[in-house]
Amino acid sequence: MLESLNPVASCKKYGVSIWQCPQFLFVIIGLVIIIAIVITYFLAVFRIGDPTIVSLLVLSVGAFSLALNFIITNSFERMAEVSKLKSEFIHIVSHQLRAPLTNINFTLDFLTSTKMVPTKEEQVEYQEILRENSLRMGDLIDNLLTVARIESGDFPLIKNKVSLEDIAQKLIVKFKPYSIASNIKLMLLVADHSLVVLADPLWVEQVMENFVDNAIKYTKGGGEVKIKIFRRNTAVFFEVQDDGVGIPPREQKLIFEKFFRSANALKKQTEGTGLGLHIAKKIIEKLGGKIGFSSKENKGSTFWFCLPIQKNG
Amino acid sequence: MAKKILLIEDEAALQKSLGGSLTEEGFEVLSALDGEVGERLAKSEKPDLVILDLILPRKDGLEVFQSLKEDESTRDIPVVVLTNLEKIEHVEKVLEMGAKTYLVKANYTLKEIVEKIKQTLASEELKSKNK
Repeated sequence: MLESLNPVASCKKYGVSIWQCPQFLFVIIGLVIIIAIVITYFLAVFRIGDPTIVSLLVLSVGAFSLALNFIITNSFERMAEVSKLKSEFIHIVSHQLRAPLTNINFTLDFLTSTKMVPTKEEQVEYQEILRENSLRMGDLIDNLLTVARIESGDFPLIKNKVSLEDIAQKLIVKFKPYSIASNIKLMLLVADHSLVVLADPLWVEQVMENFVDNAIKYTKGGGEVKIKIFRRNTAVFFEVQDDGVGIPPREQKLIFEKFFRSANALKKQTEGTGLGLHIAKKIIEKLGGKIGFSSKENKGSTFWFCLPIQKNG
Repeated sequence: MAKKILLIEDEAALQKSLGGSLTEEGFEVLSALDGEVGERLAKSEKPDLVILDLILPRKDGLEVFQSLKEDESTRDIPVVVLTNLEKIEHVEKVLEMGAKTYLVKANYTLKEIVEKIKQTLASEELKSKNK
């Protein structure tokens, strides 16, 4: 509590000079108000003389300056907060971009300096490494642009009639090789085949893909991933249930935050941007739906979203 | 006899490039793609030097480092930390724990990293001779 009253300490937090710091300016403006009130008081006593009017005048001058002061410092503080977030953002992004860039640089360094003559297979292997890392950078940049566009509000979504089941079928085919390689049984359970929602097909597919990808990625050494599509009241639910590493309770409230990655997730897979679920939440909310999850550490997670049902026909 | 270097790093690209360069320099290179395997290999193979990334699957670099320092038989193996984390608290923590060198990947070329590793090995050898 006392911490927050110490202007110097809170100014350090924002990394701005003292004359740009909201807390310090608040103290200064406070002093100015006191001086202004005293002057008003003496002027009023000298010129007007009626004690009721004098005190009313002094009070209203004081209240007015205080309100103004509050508005100004509040907006200052918001700006300082935003700027702090922005620099953290840049820090994380450059770090994320650096990893694949180093991989590319080192591989090129090696290929240009090595005395060995690579065999055909080795050549393919190095080309794969280069391609994979440049894809990683590309994906990250795509995700960042999506986040930036969502944040600036420049993110038009179209609303078409979409069958989540059709998309899920497509994803099952797409993820088949990956799930077999990870020893995971991928299942699609659909209660009602006529369910249709209004959504942007491309973006809703990206959200669904993100759920399935996470479920496979964070299931250790084999297991089951169940995809369910069903109706509850006036909403269509899409749910992906895994028996993977789960999310520790203390980290659960952070799961949709930008750049957040659970410690469990890091242990399993060090790659990842921490943007997938953040983007998913924004998209679903923008489409008028809800998103959520339940999870038990080391038991598994269930991620779901729902969108309002669209009467077919 | 060729010096043995254990490279604990989860990026296949770095295993191939850095591992390949060190092999060409005449070192015997052991690879571990995660912290658990790295720790096990360090204890069973007793390498002359360990190159350690900090962000690793299964067991992170700091845990591996701690466990090497706690074990009598691996305590004296020089450790070079090779990572992209450059926050001052990471650097300080690792150097405090006794890392020989802290290298931020993005700040060096492959050749420079190989050079640093050779230097570290040479100075370790000198130290043990003077003992």
